[in-house]
Amino acid sequence: MLSDQRLDAVDIKTVLQRTPPAYVRVSGRVASVQNPKEPRRSVDSGGSIGSSDSVVILRDLTGELPAQCLAAPPLGSWVIVEGQWNGAEVTQGRCMVQSVPRLPFPAAESDWRWLHDEVSRRGRYLMQRAQVMKTVRAFFDRHSFIEVETPLLVPSPGLDVHLSAFEVEDASPSRFLITSPEYQMKRLVGGGLPRIYQTCKCFRQEELGPLHEPEFSMLEWYRALATSGDLMRDTEELVTEVARAILGGTTQIPALGRPVDVKPPWARIRVDDAFRRYAGVEVDDILPDEEHFFRVLVEKVQPQLGSPKPVFLTHWPASMASLARLESEDPSRADRFEAYIDGVELCNGFGELVDPIEQRQRLEADQARRASLGLPVYPIDERFMSALQEGLPPCSGNALGLDRLVMLTLGAPRVQDVIAIPTDRAVL
Amino acid sequence: MYDTSDFRKGLKVLIEGQPYVIVEHQFVKPGKGQAFTRTRLRNMITGSTLDRTYRSGEKLAPADMEERQMQYLYPEGDDRVFMDTKTYEQITLTEEQLGANVYFLLDGTTVDILLFEGRAIGVTPPTFVELQVTETEPGFKGDTSSNVTKPATLSTGLTVHVPLFVNQGDVLKIDTRSNEYVERVKK
Repeated sequence: MLSDQRLDAVDIKTVLQRTPPAYVRVSGRVASVQNPKEPRRSVDSGGSIGSSDSVVILRDLTGELPAQCLAAPPLGSWVIVEGQWNGAEVTQGRCMVQSVPRLPFPAAESDWRWLHDEVSRRGRYLMQRAQVMKTVRAFFDRHSFIEVETPLLVPSPGLDVHLSAFEVEDASPSRFLITSPEYQMKRLVGGGLPRIYQTCKCFRQEELGPLHEPEFSMLEWYRALATSGDLMRDTEELVTEVARAILGGTTQIPALGRPVDVKPPWARIRVDDAFRRYAGVEVDDILPDEEHFFRVLVEKVQPQLGSPKPVFLTHWPASMASLARLESEDPSRADRFEAYIDGVELCNGFGELVDPIEQRQRLEADQARRASLGLPVYPIDERFMSALQEGLPPCSGNALGLDRLVMLTLGAPRVQDVIAIPTDRAVL
Repeated sequence: MYDTSDFRKGLKVLIEGQPYVIVEHQFVKPGKGQAFTRTRLRNMITGSTLDRTYRSGEKLAPADMEERQMQYLYPEGDDRVFMDTKTYEQITLTEEQLGANVYFLLDGTTVDILLFEGRAIGVTPPTFVELQVTETEPGFKGDTSSNVTKPATLSTGLTVHVPLFVNQGDVLKIDTRSNEYVERVKK
């Protein structure tokens, strides 16, 4: 509800209930008229009427509010009501009808989406999402991270076999939308920014479902001279801080239905142990059949991870982490971790590979795999390679799905519920 | 052939020679892994459910289904007999095959019979049917609220929740998709 009062992830009614009775000016769309009476005089668009006969419910994405109004403004019109806030409604005021849609055809009331309660629920999610962003920024600010912005349009989108990038048509030289800001952010670490973070959009083709949007928000951060263990601790603290800020102090988040207490520490479990425990199979017996590996992962392992406490899955097979360093005690496993909450993968982090020779070999191997699978083979990002050749400090990074974090913290069933304008939604 | 990207609720597919209907499907993909479609299917003959995870791009054959309008004639033991009013061909379905739809068969009702490879396997009744109340507690006059309900037994044996004002002998409109009361029919 637009008003002179400050909105901070709570609806206007809550804001007003905290303030003493005062003269207020609010606006919103007329969602219902509770005691309609005959108008005393005709209503013109933009006109001002002095009487306060009916109670109208004003609604917008931020909530709803009862206000005494002129006889009966048309449903759906935007109005401004000025008057006294008495603790429950706006009374004794002036009501100005701002606009009434005039359509050449009668609209069915059932089509008026602002009539539905879903509108205010969606608005609450969006306000709380803004609060999550503030908490995230405060967290990284306090830990002396610098917020950066890196290009979304790049010469190489990454060679991961299982990611499909959007190519920009007619770009010369050819350009792609990023699937992750990793190459660009590591260049900045090499350039001498030891702690950086950013939130940006990433783009992945053919990914659409309750946990996937082709255009989604990523929170990614890097620490020089830090281990993946340090990044896991960052993750625990960040998620806890977000929960506390949004849910009024509690660390119990509703997740997808099974509440999860995100208070640190979270358990760490190796991929090998998780496969043994939840699927009764040895990873080394499955590999190198990656399709089999991922089938077991999504069918048997993932659904059991992250409830009633989040968990980190660590020590991934080396072939599944071409930008991570290998574990020194077992080079068949990579220094890679993922966090799970209520079966949902929340982030993916690496102890980063900084050896330029090994990195080039791995990227060339990825190119060869893409070629053998008939996938488009993107060039190796030579600007990223130069950064490695000039020397990258030992560092670790993590990429966290922001939409999923908001979804799990608020208990929304789909990421689309917490994205302002998701791709499959024709109307708000 | 259907690709995983064609999957939607209600799609009829053939698995190991049996017709299945997709009940649920969800795109799943580890961030750095292979994409799958997690699918729940219902066997259209036995009614049992099947959970399958398909690799993105995997293909399934469509089930060869046909729907034919037929008229319900009479019960015969645990079976129900239907007739094609054009060809006079008769078919029988068991109570098990009919499931809850057995409650919506009134003499002379026209229904859609579902055929798989020419064999009848189920029935789709009209979306709404009108059934008489044979048993319910007496109604309260003037109580038109529909928030409070009571059980009522209908002529075919179906029990539904109805508002308090409904009386024995009333004719009710029932939604055959949800088995729920819609409204009282003025007769």
